[in-house]
Amino acid sequence: MAVHEFPLPDLGEGLTEGEILKWLVAEGEVIEQNQPIVEVETAKAAVEIPAKWPGKVVKIFASEGSTVEVGSPIVSIDTEPAEPADEPTGGKIGETTASGRTAVLVGYGPRTTAAKRRPRRTDGPAPVAEPAPAMAVVAAGPALAKPPVRKLARDLGVDLHAVTGTGPAGSITREDVQVIVATPAPTTAGVATVGPDREQRIPVKGVRKLTAENMTASAFTAPHVTEFLTVDVTRAMRALDRLRAHPEWREVRVSPLLLAAKAVLLALRRHPMVNSTWDGAAGEIVVKDYVNLGIAAATERGLIVPNIKDAGRLSLRELADAVTALVQTARTGKTTPAEMTGGTFTITNVGVFGVDTGTPILPPGEAAILAFGSIREQPWVHKGKVRPRPVTTLGLSFDHRIIDGELGSRYLADVGAFLSDPEAALLAWG
Amino acid sequence: MGATVTRARTTRGEPAAPGGAPEMVQLLTPDGKRIDSARDPYGTEYTVDFTDQEYHKLYHDMVVIRRLDAEAEALQRQGELGIWASLRGQEAAQVGSGHALRPQDMAFPTYREHGVLYCRGIDPIMPLGLFRGVDQGGWDPSKFKFHMYTIVIGAQTLHATGYAMGVAKDGKVGGDDGEAVIAYFGDGATSQGDVNEAFVWSSVYHAPIVFFCQNNQYAISEPIERQTRVPLHQRANGFGFPGIRVDGNDVLASYAVTKAALDQARRGQGPTMIEAYTYRMGAHTTSDDPTRYRLAGEVEQWQAKDPILRLRTFLAEQQIAGDDFFQQTDAEAKAASQELRERVLALPDPQPVQLFDHVYPTGSAELDQQRAQFSAYLESFEGGAH
Repeated sequence: MAVHEFPLPDLGEGLTEGEILKWLVAEGEVIEQNQPIVEVETAKAAVEIPAKWPGKVVKIFASEGSTVEVGSPIVSIDTEPAEPADEPTGGKIGETTASGRTAVLVGYGPRTTAAKRRPRRTDGPAPVAEPAPAMAVVAAGPALAKPPVRKLARDLGVDLHAVTGTGPAGSITREDVQVIVATPAPTTAGVATVGPDREQRIPVKGVRKLTAENMTASAFTAPHVTEFLTVDVTRAMRALDRLRAHPEWREVRVSPLLLAAKAVLLALRRHPMVNSTWDGAAGEIVVKDYVNLGIAAATERGLIVPNIKDAGRLSLRELADAVTALVQTARTGKTTPAEMTGGTFTITNVGVFGVDTGTPILPPGEAAILAFGSIREQPWVHKGKVRPRPVTTLGLSFDHRIIDGELGSRYLADVGAFLSDPEAALLAWG
Repeated sequence: MGATVTRARTTRGEPAAPGGAPEMVQLLTPDGKRIDSARDPYGTEYTVDFTDQEYHKLYHDMVVIRRLDAEAEALQRQGELGIWASLRGQEAAQVGSGHALRPQDMAFPTYREHGVLYCRGIDPIMPLGLFRGVDQGGWDPSKFKFHMYTIVIGAQTLHATGYAMGVAKDGKVGGDDGEAVIAYFGDGATSQGDVNEAFVWSSVYHAPIVFFCQNNQYAISEPIERQTRVPLHQRANGFGFPGIRVDGNDVLASYAVTKAALDQARRGQGPTMIEAYTYRMGAHTTSDDPTRYRLAGEVEQWQAKDPILRLRTFLAEQQIAGDDFFQQTDAEAKAASQELRERVLALPDPQPVQLFDHVYPTGSAELDQQRAQFSAYLESFEGGAH
């Protein structure tokens, strides 16, 4: 026995890692020098690595699909393997030999090494010698994708084998990966391991990871200010009832969110600066003439924020349809990446969970976000008397680099004004 | 009216001329048929008259260099070399032109001229030391008349031009024993300013130089049609010297055309450009993945034009060589590659003080002092200089 470990070399001038695409040999196989043993893809090229030594493959350390740091051993080769006479020759038909092969009438039957393929690694940069539990995704050959797409998939925690490619020759595109992220995938979601210490460790990936990155980036770059306004929405609720009763609206789903959306859009028209982006690199504030209205949606996969494109141009009826469609699409997990990018203002409808309000964090690139709380009957002073009235609390977070307290307050007051008297607001600014 | 330049589009892997093979000097067809003689557009006639031994030598060198090249590529994949630029597919252009050089002729290579290096009698391990990062190349350019590998694309064409102008100024041209210079470069380099400047200078100064362009169809991933709208050899016309296209996968024609051009140069007839029309069968370097930018069908098409296979077919059909010879050559190539591997793995790491060794040919007091200080510093560590 003379076992040598073969470390992943730097295959292309200063690379630090490579992805194991496919093993061309199996453990126990006898190989020749320079026989191709593994396909590895780096940021530069997908290449075959020839065996450095002739001998017998002892152990494969890096599973297919795993990313290995340059210098980490990927395989060990015994350059002085014992003679093949070692292989038990006297096994009886039907008995299993020490190497796990069953004696059949001719020879020793099919090898079963293929079934020993280790599961794909999903976290951490170090190569895994131990199979990660509960992750038995068996790969059928390497998935076809360019290195940047592979990286994206890795970052998002997407298993490329689970993706259907729509690119040339069935290759997987960036969009394909993003669609998967937006789609609930029960096979990989929520894979967690419970250790003996009664702590659960959940790999941070996919939507969770994206959300975490976005929220951290936003929270630590945009100085947030949050203001609150509690409004009596009695008139808004009556308006909704009248809408529902209207013959032309009979088929339409109408909710308080619709009026909140309308309020937001009309108020944005009056305060366009709220619909803007801080472009730090250019040293500019980008004020947008269109509103892509984001609606935060809780889905099986996590928080996603699809948006309604150019919502400011929609009639109330069109807006109602758009909101319904957006929610429907999000629930069925069919939201596309395009629907989730380019938002300019967001509403987070925390009221559906029964809470009063919140201090939302801005989606990156947006200057303001409205938390729409629950509508509950509360004691309210109405015409000099305390009455039970449907009341809600609005919470507006805004980017103080762009929006001062005055603008933020005026904007929030306008949203509130609409919700307390939609008809008057429509007549006044409609 | 002077010569007209036709505006033809060259297409990857396909002939530039409609209907047939690109117009180029060819003495051995892809299926191994010998053509007695061939003319270039200037009327020069080419042929070769080799002995059996000379044919054997050409075949042997191509087979050995392909095997050594493959070994070097494997060594890179195994982490033993930093990078390697394979010559696979271009053996005929390199071995043919390399053997056309006379001992006094000077060659200026790129980083892919392993075949020419081998023909010049340089130990084939030398470039592996360079790409292993243990030395700067190691051969003596003036002894072997083979300059250091040049990595900067096209830069060596200017060095070669200056050298050739020097040869002329030394009065070493004129007559059959004159000196000539050959500059190697690729199709991509023709888009470089350096190459065009070299053309201008060598043309105006009538320098004894041959510009040997291996058109392997790709500048890394950029296909030839993105480099030029005219066949590359026609560029020479605009600079005022002849340009000849030769089948770069035909070792006989590559030899014949290069030899004639070198003889023209050594006799004082000025520069010639040779476009050796060939194909890079492998990657640009080990850092490259050609499957991303070219189709397998194109590679197959060129596989059928393999330079070694066609010579082998010819030698076998003409009974110039038998199976014994082919087997022996393969065995020699294998042994040479094994030896190369062992020697590469045994190459010593350089000592840090070697930094100072080749700065001045005659040494320098200040540098000697620095070397002494650096040595003392290294010695101050436990266990000496390491």
